[in-house]
Amino acid sequence: MTQKLIGLAPSRRAVLKGAGAGLLAAGFAAPVWSQAAPVKLGFQLHRTGIGAAYGRWYERTAQAALKEVNDAGGINGRPVEIVFEDDGTDPKRGSEVVEKLVSQHNCDMIFGPLFSHVVIGSASRAGELKVPYLVCSEGFHVASGMLNRWTMQPGITDVRAQVSSMAPWVLENLGKKVTMVFPDYAFGHDHRDYFTAAVEAGGGQVIAQIAVPPTETSFTRYLPQIPNDTEVLYHVMVGPAVLTFVKELGEFYGTGAKPQIFGFIDSLEAVDTASPGLEFLEGTHFWEGHCRVKQPDASEHEVAYRAAVGVDDNGASVSDAKDVSTYAHMFSVWETLHIIKAGMEASGYQSPADRQKFVEAVEAMSDMPESLAHVQGNKVFNGKTHQVFGHQFISRVEGGKLMKVHTTSIEDGMYPDAVDYTTQSF
Amino acid sequence: MTQGAKIWGLHLLILVVVFAAQFVLPSYHMTNLARIMVLAVFAMGYNIAFGYTGLLSLGHALFFAAGFYAMGLPIWHLGWLPLPALIAGLMVGGLLAGAVGLLALRTAGVSFMIVTLMFAQAGYLTLLYLNTWTGGDEGFVVARTARVLGGLDLATDTPRFMAAFALFACAMLVCLWLVRSPLGRVMVAMRENEERSRMLGYDPFRIKLIALIVSGVYAGAAGAAYGMLFGYVGATFATIQYSILPMLYVLLGGAGTVLGPFLGALLMFYLIDITSGYTDAYLFVVGAALVGLVLFAPKGILGTLRERIAPWLP
Repeated sequence: MTQKLIGLAPSRRAVLKGAGAGLLAAGFAAPVWSQAAPVKLGFQLHRTGIGAAYGRWYERTAQAALKEVNDAGGINGRPVEIVFEDDGTDPKRGSEVVEKLVSQHNCDMIFGPLFSHVVIGSASRAGELKVPYLVCSEGFHVASGMLNRWTMQPGITDVRAQVSSMAPWVLENLGKKVTMVFPDYAFGHDHRDYFTAAVEAGGGQVIAQIAVPPTETSFTRYLPQIPNDTEVLYHVMVGPAVLTFVKELGEFYGTGAKPQIFGFIDSLEAVDTASPGLEFLEGTHFWEGHCRVKQPDASEHEVAYRAAVGVDDNGASVSDAKDVSTYAHMFSVWETLHIIKAGMEASGYQSPADRQKFVEAVEAMSDMPESLAHVQGNKVFNGKTHQVFGHQFISRVEGGKLMKVHTTSIEDGMYPDAVDYTTQSF
Repeated sequence: MTQGAKIWGLHLLILVVVFAAQFVLPSYHMTNLARIMVLAVFAMGYNIAFGYTGLLSLGHALFFAAGFYAMGLPIWHLGWLPLPALIAGLMVGGLLAGAVGLLALRTAGVSFMIVTLMFAQAGYLTLLYLNTWTGGDEGFVVARTARVLGGLDLATDTPRFMAAFALFACAMLVCLWLVRSPLGRVMVAMRENEERSRMLGYDPFRIKLIALIVSGVYAGAAGAAYGMLFGYVGATFATIQYSILPMLYVLLGGAGTVLGPFLGALLMFYLIDITSGYTDAYLFVVGAALVGLVLFAPKGILGTLRERIAPWLP
């Protein structure tokens, strides 16, 4: 017993050798981290408020991207940190959060917000502070020229391009007479205006536009306004009443003849399409920015991204099948962090004094090939409008799952430049 | 020292301290203080209606938004200069309060709350409905070039702070003068016993309408200033949340005290700012704080102070 203990117990010399070797190993394993201050990125997060479902998944995606970037050596040899601040999905708080991330947390730049009103309400402050503000908002407000040179959207195609690129396929495959149902505020109006224009340009006709006030909780009085000769019903409802809308639409048509139905997945992000009451969606089509269900032709990068974020093949959390992701949008967070890395490395970013160089480096970007950095697919960035353009997907609900039936070309969504930010001063 | 000198001295001292804060505060807190001063002006206006006159309104977001948009829309669509736009904001806030008051003051108590809430909600939905002109829920950015007033770029820290301070100081001194004036005394009389005031020969409708208009001018001025200083105008600021916020500021700081709205705005701002760094449930913390306040200091911080230590506090 005693011998055994002695045999197992290390001698003092062995302990010292081991400790020394350990220290050396630790020193060699992280020679850069110990020398370099971390790159500090601020994340303006919709952790509470109406955007909370998105915020939860945006945070997970950002954490996964952060791990991937750090595992690959960080940025310019420096480790990366993300400071998350909740903006309550509120523009007033959003502006305060921008201030807090820059002035109090000393972040090098900010990224992450989705909701348009928060982005527009915060962008001014980012411009005043001269800090790069990379949004994941999909709003047209960046490319419209409304904002400033410090605000960019390099990670997700905007709604104008998304909507425009859908029209050719819808007209060719679903029908030419379209009725639109949309919320009666700016988000819905973007769909109304850009989809109508694209339909008319494609030889189709929008025969009715049914605007639903945002305070509605029941839609039965709007559904009879859908003309009988409607071939395609286009819906893009959002908010808590979405499920009611879909259920009431199902009850309205019952088992009788119904038009082809095309919707934006925004209506059902974070909602299981196989939920009871949504059977009516079977056979209908949706736009997806990124396919929620793992497709048979999924790329190796997409598969790696899905695993890194912790999303199963159906688009739900690997730890909770009922926790459905906001998969169609959240890739923008992953891709934006990788663009920050590429921009910082291209500009030789060392400190906040190099923020302008960073913006210029991103403005100089153009082709973004599909890779682990661009898991949704290849893209083209327009440095003048600060807006990226990528492929969009049309999926059909089959057996309660969204299965891809069409991929748009990048060119389908392109439109003339409305602004040239590169001519603006910093 | 006379009581009047003591009162004016205290308020001037507070103004000096707030003014001097810009020289010692870090940039983050300096901008926060500018925001708090503008929000405090909004709350001072609410306090004139609620704290001094007893008009419990749930519609002040409408008056704030009136100033917000009356400043922003002419700049956006008509290219107005900042000064006339700010004056327009202030005036439209007062005019709208007068118009609402003419109708809503026919009611009292809970009915008054509901009617003012309905007007505010109608205003909010109108902003969404007229999306083409108002920018709807997304709102719009106030152009940087339109935020230069008298050569001062209000998008930069020090001029913004100075502009917010100027508005805050004027609002506080006018409020102090008002509540110590005969009109202010009559306003308090309305709050305490409207029927007795009527018996003494005062016209409650007229006095309450004046109080509501003054309150609307304050709210409109705050709205116009907020949009101008922080560069954004959007319909979120017309939601019911912005009718509740000034009420909370006033209740926390002390209804019917001149300094209460500022203290309430200051504490509430930092309560949210600090607790949101620790928990997602920061609004729960705010709610718990307010429940505690109602239980242990129902008259607010300065109201309790006035009751126990400084009865001379206006």
